[in-house]
Amino acid sequence: MSNCVEFRQIAKTFEGRQVLQDINLSCPAGATTAIVGASGSGKTTLLQMVNGVLRPDAGDIFVFGQPIPGQGIEKFRRGIGYAVQSAGLFPHMSAEQNVTLVARLEGWDQDRVAARFAELLEEVDLPGDVAQRLPRELSGGQQQRLGLCRALMLRPRLLLLDEPFSAVDPITRVELYERFEYVKQAEGVSALLVTHDLREARRLAEYLVILHAGVVQQQGPTRDVLGNPESAYVESLVASQLD
Amino acid sequence: MAKAYPGLTAILVIWMGITPLFAQAQTSPQITQERNVLRIGSKNFNESYLLAEILAQTLEAGGFEVERKFGLGGTLICYEALLKGEIDAYVEYTGTLGQAILKLPGNPDTAAISRALDERLMLLDQFGFNNTYAIVVKAEVARQRGLRSVADLAGNDDLDMVFSHEFLEREDGWRGLAATYGLTAGVRGIEHGLAYQALNAGSIGVTDAYSTDGELVRYNLTVLDDTLNYFPSYYAAPLVHHNMPARARGLLKRLAGQIDDKRMQALNARVVFEGQSFAAVAREFLAPMGIVAPQAGTSMWTDLRTNTLRHLQLTGIALGLAIVLGLGISLLVYRHPGVSSGIIYFCGLLQTIPSIALLALMIPLFGIGMLPAVVALFLYSLLPILRNAITALANVDPVLVRVAEALGLSEMDQLRHVRVPLSLPAIFAGVRTAAVISIGTATLAAFIGAGGLGDPIVVGLSLDNVELILQGAIPAALLAIATEMLFGLLERRLRR
Repeated sequence: MSNCVEFRQIAKTFEGRQVLQDINLSCPAGATTAIVGASGSGKTTLLQMVNGVLRPDAGDIFVFGQPIPGQGIEKFRRGIGYAVQSAGLFPHMSAEQNVTLVARLEGWDQDRVAARFAELLEEVDLPGDVAQRLPRELSGGQQQRLGLCRALMLRPRLLLLDEPFSAVDPITRVELYERFEYVKQAEGVSALLVTHDLREARRLAEYLVILHAGVVQQQGPTRDVLGNPESAYVESLVASQLD
Repeated sequence: MAKAYPGLTAILVIWMGITPLFAQAQTSPQITQERNVLRIGSKNFNESYLLAEILAQTLEAGGFEVERKFGLGGTLICYEALLKGEIDAYVEYTGTLGQAILKLPGNPDTAAISRALDERLMLLDQFGFNNTYAIVVKAEVARQRGLRSVADLAGNDDLDMVFSHEFLEREDGWRGLAATYGLTAGVRGIEHGLAYQALNAGSIGVTDAYSTDGELVRYNLTVLDDTLNYFPSYYAAPLVHHNMPARARGLLKRLAGQIDDKRMQALNARVVFEGQSFAAVAREFLAPMGIVAPQAGTSMWTDLRTNTLRHLQLTGIALGLAIVLGLGISLLVYRHPGVSSGIIYFCGLLQTIPSIALLALMIPLFGIGMLPAVVALFLYSLLPILRNAITALANVDPVLVRVAEALGLSEMDQLRHVRVPLSLPAIFAGVRTAAVISIGTATLAAFIGAGGLGDPIVVGLSLDNVELILQGAIPAALLAIATEMLFGLLERRLRR
C-alpha cells in the first residue's frame, strides 16, 4: 500500500522548546488519517510541515513519495488542499471569490472556474445563491463548507484539515461529517485530519495517530488503536472520550 | 516693532549653522542682466505690508512686474529668503538689522550696518521715519503739564504709568529707561492691545507704544522725546539683493526721506482704522510723487478662488506624494518590526516640530514659496499614512495569512489579494487624517510665501481685521469639512 504522507525522524524545536521529536509516520493514500492530541501536543505543527509552511529541524517528509521542494513551493502547495477551524475565509471576498481565487491565479478560464465552482457547491450541498455573499453573511456551517470547497478547488490529491469541524454546533457538525465523507469519495482524495476529538477521529478516519507532548504514542488502523491501547496515555484518552 | 520669534530664531540659527553646504548647493546661479520680474517680500505686520506694497507699486510704475511674497513669517524668514535670492527686496529696520541679525553692539548707525552686511545685500536709503519704542501721553495731558520729553515725567509721579508686559520685561525696556532718566514712579503692567483705549479713556496716564502706530493719530497722542537717545533707532529702508537691477534700485531711491513719523502714523491709520487696502493707501501715497502703477484690479472673489486653488494645490501635491511614498515605504518595511517602529518613531518626531518651525526649517534647504511648503506638508502627512499602513499590513489576522500561504499564494499575491485589501480601511483612515491635517496646516504656508488660504488670515491677523481672517478661515474650514465628507463617502463605497 502506498502512502500519501511519510514522516521520517522528524524533530522540531521552537525557541528552545522541543515540540516534536523522532516522528515516524506513514499515512496511507486514499484514506483519512486522524492525528489526535491535546493542545500543545504538536499536531498542528506536524500538519503545517506537510505543505512546507513550517520546516522540520531534522528529518524528511515525503508527499506521495516526493520530498518537499525548496524552490517552487507555491506550485507544490497548490497540489494540497488546506482547510482550517472557522473556515478562515477572506472577509473581503465573496464566497465565490474565496473558493475560486487560486484557480484564477492558476490561469483557469472563466468557464472552467465556473463549472468547477458549481460542481463543488453541489458536492457540499450549498445553494447557488451563496456565491455572491460575503463570509459574514453566511452561517458557520456554510462557511465551513466553502472552506472545504476552497481546499478542493484545484482537485488536490491530498487534503490537510486543521480542526475544521470544531467551531460549529453539534447538529451542524454531524451534517458536515456526512458531507465530508461524501466529498472525499467523490473527489477520491487522501486526507490528514488534525483534531482533539477522538469521536470525530473514530467517525472519519481509517487510520489513527495519537500524539502527546511531541511524541507519537501509538499509530495504526483506527479500530486497532482504539481496541488495544498500548500506553497508559492512550488508554486514559480512550476511556475519557469514548466511554 | 519688527521683532523676531525668539524660538524660531534659535532653531533657524542652529539649522543655518549645519546646512551651509546644502544651502550653497541649492543656490542657483542668478542672471545678472536686467530681469523684468521682481519679487518683493514683507513681514507679517501691517506696516511691513504697506511699505512692501509701496515698493511694489513704485517698481510697477517703472515698468517692472512684481511678484508679491507678502506676509512671510518673521525677520529671519525674510532675511534668509533675501540672502538666497528668493526675493529681491523687503523693508527692514536698522535696529532689527543691527541687533537681531548682525548682532552689532550698541546703537549702530547706517554706515556701520552697511559695512557689516553680507556682501550680497544692500541697504538703500531710509524712508525717514523711526519706528521705535515711544513713551506716549494724551496730547491734552502733555499740553496741560508741559510734557515734552521723557525726562519731564520725573516730576509727574501722580500720572498712572502702565506699560506693556513685554516692555516691563525687556532689558532695553522700562528698567533701562527709568535708570537713564532717573524715573522713580511705580509702574504696572497691561496687555498692549488694551493700553491705547485705557489711555484714551483716561484710566491710565502714560504707556509705551511704537512711534509709527496709527493709534497715535487716532487717539491724538503725544510722543515724549527720547532726548538721551535711550531707545535704539528703527529706521526703515529697503534691503535689497545686489542682483536687483540697478534701474530698479534707482526707482526705489525716489522713496528716500519721503515718510516721516507723522506720515507713517497716518498711513498706518488709513489701513488699520479706515479699513483701506494696502494697495489703495500705497497708490494714494505715491500719486502726488507722480508714481502711478498700472491697476491690477482684484476682487474678493478672484482672491478667494486663487487662494483656494493654491491651497488645494499645496495639500494635493503634498498628500499625493505622501500617499505614494508612504505606501511604498510601508510595503517595503512592514515585515521588519524593528525598521517599521524606527520609521514610525522618526515620523512621530517630525510631528512634534511645531508647524511654523518646520516651515522655517525648510527655508535654508528649499527657499521660500511652494516647494518648502509642499515638503513640510508632505512630512506632516507621512506619519498618519505610514503608521496606519504599517500597522494594518503587519497585523492582518495571522490565520488568514497562513491560509493564503497554504493555498499556494506567492508573497506578491498574498499582498495583493489579502494583506492590502484587508488593510485598506485603515490605510484610508490614515490618508483621511493626513488630508485634514494638511488642509489645516497649509494655512501656515502663507508665512513662507506659498500663498493659499493662509494669505488673508496672515494679513488679517496683522491688521486685527476679523473680516479678512474669516476670508481665509471659513473657506479653509469648509475645505476640511468637505474633505472629511468626501473621504467618508469614499470609505462607505469601499466597504460596499
